[in-house]
Amino acid sequence: MRKCRPVLLKGTFALTDLVLQAKMITKSFSGQEILKGLSLDVERGDLISIIGPSGCGKSTFLRCLNFLEHPDSGEVRIETVSLACDGSRWTRQDEVRAHQLRSHVGMVFQSFNLFPHRTVLENVMMAPLHVKKIAPDQAEATAMELLEKVGLKNVVDRYPDRLSGGQKQRAAIARALAMKPSVMLYDEPTSALDPELSEEVLSVMRALDQEGMTQLVVTHDMRFARAASDRVLYLEGGEIVESGSPDQIFAHPQEARTRRFLRTLLS
Amino acid sequence: MKRPGLCFLFCLLAVLSFLSVSSGVRAESYRVPGAQNETDLPWSSDGEANVPYVFHDPANDRHVLGFEYDLMNEIAPLLNRKSRFVQNGWEGLIPGLSRDLYAMVIDGIEMTPEHKAAVLFSRPYYVTTDRIVVRKGTKGLDTLEALKGHLIGTIKSTAAERLLIQQDPKNFRSYDEETNLFTDLRTGRLDAILIDEPIALYYCSADMEIVGKPVGEIAYGIAFSKTNPALRDAVDQALETLIKNGKLHDILAKWNLWTPQMAHYTGDYSETSVKPVAWEQYRTLMAGVSASDTMALFHRYVSFLPLIGEGMVMTLAVSALAMVIAVALGVALALVRHYGVAPLRIIAGFYIEVVRGTPLLIQILFIFYGLPALGIRLSPFFAGVVALGLNYAAYEAENYRAGLLSVPRGQMEAAIALNMTHFQALRLVIVPQAFRTVVPVMTNDFISLLKDSSLVSVITLTELSQTYIRLSSTYYDYIGPGLMVGAAYLLVGLPFVRLAHMAEKRMGKAINHGHH
Repeated sequence: MRKCRPVLLKGTFALTDLVLQAKMITKSFSGQEILKGLSLDVERGDLISIIGPSGCGKSTFLRCLNFLEHPDSGEVRIETVSLACDGSRWTRQDEVRAHQLRSHVGMVFQSFNLFPHRTVLENVMMAPLHVKKIAPDQAEATAMELLEKVGLKNVVDRYPDRLSGGQKQRAAIARALAMKPSVMLYDEPTSALDPELSEEVLSVMRALDQEGMTQLVVTHDMRFARAASDRVLYLEGGEIVESGSPDQIFAHPQEARTRRFLRTLLS
Repeated sequence: MKRPGLCFLFCLLAVLSFLSVSSGVRAESYRVPGAQNETDLPWSSDGEANVPYVFHDPANDRHVLGFEYDLMNEIAPLLNRKSRFVQNGWEGLIPGLSRDLYAMVIDGIEMTPEHKAAVLFSRPYYVTTDRIVVRKGTKGLDTLEALKGHLIGTIKSTAAERLLIQQDPKNFRSYDEETNLFTDLRTGRLDAILIDEPIALYYCSADMEIVGKPVGEIAYGIAFSKTNPALRDAVDQALETLIKNGKLHDILAKWNLWTPQMAHYTGDYSETSVKPVAWEQYRTLMAGVSASDTMALFHRYVSFLPLIGEGMVMTLAVSALAMVIAVALGVALALVRHYGVAPLRIIAGFYIEVVRGTPLLIQILFIFYGLPALGIRLSPFFAGVVALGLNYAAYEAENYRAGLLSVPRGQMEAAIALNMTHFQALRLVIVPQAFRTVVPVMTNDFISLLKDSSLVSVITLTELSQTYIRLSSTYYDYIGPGLMVGAAYLLVGLPFVRLAHMAEKRMGKAINHGHH
């Protein structure tokens, strides 16, 4: 089922609404090139799955998009904020720019990274309170709303260590959503979860997709990638080998490397 | 006369006095360092044990007695001033001169060449000899030569010690405290004692005796800062007067210390007119209370309570303030070392290594006696607080750094991804979690700081340990005061332990929730 994508009209030209653009992102770790100039355009409302073998650079690529890793070179634009890296020193101004850019991005981690010394509700409220300086009662109302949406209404006062893995990851999604991002980045959100717990999380992501949230998901869950994505990127060796609709990638892969990868998954 | 570190401190003084000479201090008429007003004459001595020089009255611990104390009371009026005793530990006596804490030191200091290099001496106010003390009935140990091959005890840095080293460098032991020395003779750990005659007289109990002829010669002088010869001259004049008018004779007679040597030295061969009342009083008093007299002991212990209370307050005040410094500076150092830019990180690391790698005692002495040469003068109390605080900050910093390292990397990433600034991430996410793991270690450190606060006694602060040393050496009773002071430490430490437990519980709640 295709959904409607809102399209922004600028002047008299109808433009595709690219909410995120990455250009020629490179990154090396101790001399080894992990990303070899990746570029990506993301339309608003897309759910993009990024797949590929371990160590192909897909997590690094995701982390470069909100500057948790600083790319060696390349440029990222999200909404109206763009930030380019050219290998020179990270300046105060870069940090300010990165801060502006991150205000449009939410991130969800494989290991959840909830704050263990705060309750679920406090986890979700913390950033709106302290970063956006939203009034406490309003922050709490928003947080409760989000927690209800991800199905955690009954555990809001628990500490993270009393939640199941699925609950933790849904809390982490609520926490990221509380900052009202335009793009959500997921770094292997279900890799640490049993299949049934994964499903709790994936259904939340599908619901968000229905609402028009833009989502980039690094995942090993091919069933999810095939069923839920608008687009699938296949990464290997720090390059985008192939990109297209789930049907193109999974049913009719054009590249030999993609085919080999899919074959190893089946065997 | 006694105790270790003497050489070091005399050298320190020599250096410091050189510094002040070169800064051009000049005195037309004499100056009185440490004087609070025109008529004040502050002088110092170590009044712990130290009978019969300057000591605390066993009958009333707040009174100070001694033949040197009496002598100062006679000298002061001749300078149109009032004598004021300032307590200081033996190690601090001479450095205190250069810090101008007081005008002079009188504590049985021998006028040896090495001492003369560091301070200015008055003419001798007492000449005496060393004596041999043995357990009653011991035969054949009555000459210096006879002592050869036997285990002999004495006090550190004395003429007796030098004699023993010359004669038989292996078979002797040096003590800090007279009481310990005589206890070891009594229990048979020593065969004999060679010591200044006044000490021999006063510490020799009924089961011991002084034997043989006097050995060697000793002269005691009053010590002054090298920059103050005018004051020394004035005191010399006063001593001259006291010798001429017989006052010195009277004082020494009162303490049973007038000897043929003194007669020879002063040229005063007159009959002694004063009875040895002070001597008799002291001997009666010490014989008075025996351990079997339970009621008397009980009353004595009760009378210790106010002193121990004062010691507790001092210990608590010094420790609590030092902890505040240690925690605040420790957090700053840990953050700098963990997150700071390279040069700051290196400085913080250097600070931590230096402070952890050197003894606290040296740091305290350095801050109190050393820094004034650089123009930084702290009162004993603040010097103690600062030294302890700076020292423990280094240990706390490493604790906190370990705490920071124990917080998973993902926590910082999650905070940054939520668009917190580094500072917000630290304040809201990292530090609270790090603190939780650090609290048990901190409790340990605080208790150990409480005990280390005893070291500030070297800079004239009378806290619990100093109170114990004073009480036990005054009464030769190490058990009763020991138990009382031990209990006082526990009492002071308990609130910290409770507090730490509470904090641990409060902060641990979040984490331990699911695990019980």
